[in-house]
Amino acid sequence: MFEVLGISSQALFGQLLIGLINGSFYALLSLGLAVIFGMLNIINFTHGAQYMLGAFTAYFLLRYAGLGYWWAILVAPLAVGATGIAIERLLLQWLYKLDHLYGLLLTFGLALIIEGTFRNFFGSSGLPYSVPPELQGGQNLGFMFMPNYRAWVVVFSLAVCLTTWFVIERTRLGAYLRAATENPTLVRAFGINVPRMITLTYGFGVALAALAGVMAAPIYNVSPQMGANLVIVVFAVVVIGGMGSIMGAIVTGFGLGIIEGLTKVFFPEASNTVIFVVMVVVLLIRPAGLFGRGA
Amino acid sequence: MQRAAEAKTAGAARVHSEAIAFLIMVGALVLAPMFAYPVFLMKALCFALFACAFNLLIGYVGLLSFGHALFFGWASYVSAHAAKVWGVPPELAVLAGTATAAVLGTIVGGLAIRRQGIYFAMITLALAQMMYFFAIQTPFTHGEDGIQAVPRGKLFGLFDLADQANMYIAVLLIFLGCFLLIYRIINSPFGEVLKAIRENEMRAISLGYKTDRYKLLAFVLSATFAGVAGATKALVFQLASLTDVDWPMSGEVILMTLVGGLGTLFGPVAGAFFVVTLENYLTTIGQWVFVVQGAIFVICVLLFRRGIIGELAQLLRIKL
Repeated sequence: MFEVLGISSQALFGQLLIGLINGSFYALLSLGLAVIFGMLNIINFTHGAQYMLGAFTAYFLLRYAGLGYWWAILVAPLAVGATGIAIERLLLQWLYKLDHLYGLLLTFGLALIIEGTFRNFFGSSGLPYSVPPELQGGQNLGFMFMPNYRAWVVVFSLAVCLTTWFVIERTRLGAYLRAATENPTLVRAFGINVPRMITLTYGFGVALAALAGVMAAPIYNVSPQMGANLVIVVFAVVVIGGMGSIMGAIVTGFGLGIIEGLTKVFFPEASNTVIFVVMVVVLLIRPAGLFGRGA
Repeated sequence: MQRAAEAKTAGAARVHSEAIAFLIMVGALVLAPMFAYPVFLMKALCFALFACAFNLLIGYVGLLSFGHALFFGWASYVSAHAAKVWGVPPELAVLAGTATAAVLGTIVGGLAIRRQGIYFAMITLALAQMMYFFAIQTPFTHGEDGIQAVPRGKLFGLFDLADQANMYIAVLLIFLGCFLLIYRIINSPFGEVLKAIRENEMRAISLGYKTDRYKLLAFVLSATFAGVAGATKALVFQLASLTDVDWPMSGEVILMTLVGGLGTLFGPVAGAFFVVTLENYLTTIGQWVFVVQGAIFVICVLLFRRGIIGELAQLLRIKL
């Protein structure tokens, strides 16, 4: 045990870990938002609700089908991603030629519908979801106690983020995707089915949100409101990072999580607002965002 | 020559239809207390003004602010605090709330216009959320309780606003005054530049307009009018609470404007009355209100983008 500026290492590293975990969720969610925005030109306000749906799917699977965490982490993203595909086909596809703001308003309406419905059936209080048996317990690292599940969340989300980055930036599929973001008409002329790619992209972004929701379930309670405030913070993260770069979204997400964790240690009153303050500072110094390519 | 003449008659017809619609609105609002509860009407008028303020920005500059609850709610807090704790008369309380909104509007607007398009919405939303957390933490807002039992006081030391009729007249006059002011702004040379920015900002810049200044001034004006609405609402309900600064309030004002018709003069008023009436009937269904609101959003965006007044104007081939 040692102390930094009068704060025990236990508290400092504990909050850093919480910061990293929040950062994992920020990274996964802002990554999804950035990927969706790139292809659809829509800011997906439903993202928070879809994160919540992921957590609830995990809860339902355990409660009604007896399927545990490992099934949930596989099934929930697929199921919620499928609803995303349905939403894109039924609703979003009519908006691509309109002003961006209509996409924001439509997805905002969807978020109200989904979250309102769940609040009706499950109230505002959270439902518990336990840590899978394989990941219970933890390691004593000497300077802090590291619960296994939290380590898993950080490592697994980092792996998912980096895989996504690799697929988009380094594979042929990703090249199609980036090309279609730049110039969909030309890519279609080359015989690539761009509308299907758009649909699948939305499904993928939504699945990422659901995956984050499943991972969040054992840490926070499963509750209808879990995504509503989170999505606003993620918007701030996206403004800070800029949506031009996949790696930018990942780095910004984790970085802001850590900053938030540190604020909880040194200046707890500001922990709710620190990300917004960072956003203000970034807007003043680098209006285009840290990784933005113009506004 | 002929085209100019046509434009002139079209312009005259437009003014004509707007003037008639305005007179109908005034008549309806004067007679309305005979048929509906004054408090309900005052609530609707405050929201109508709030929606008109919001529409000034989205309808005429094309900027979607997702954080207008910030100005509405903080003006409401300051006005309630001034009336209750400082004991100032109602006109000064409303003025204090309005000034607060104007200052906040300058800061938020100055930050948000540094980014374009969809980022603008996200920045305003994030800043509003930040100020929501401040409202929770600052002692003078009294957290979950809000500022309760705000005295309405005597307007100019003469009219006792505790009397429901006097309060209604005051709210109506505030609303009509601001409505006409907004009309004047929209139809001034300044308003024409705003519309030019909405249609093609690059072009406006190339013509030599410093569009950022115009956007900022429009934002401040919109925030200020939203502040008038919030400050007045605090006196009407004698209450300022967290509901007024939270993000669902920002969503609600967007909904009102969208339902009524973006960029129409009377749309926000119609939308505000529609939404407030709807919520009045839906109070018994609890959380389903959000579901209904969400469904209206989806329907409006997909099928009904002109809104009530926009569709009506299209049908009658007039401008409203």
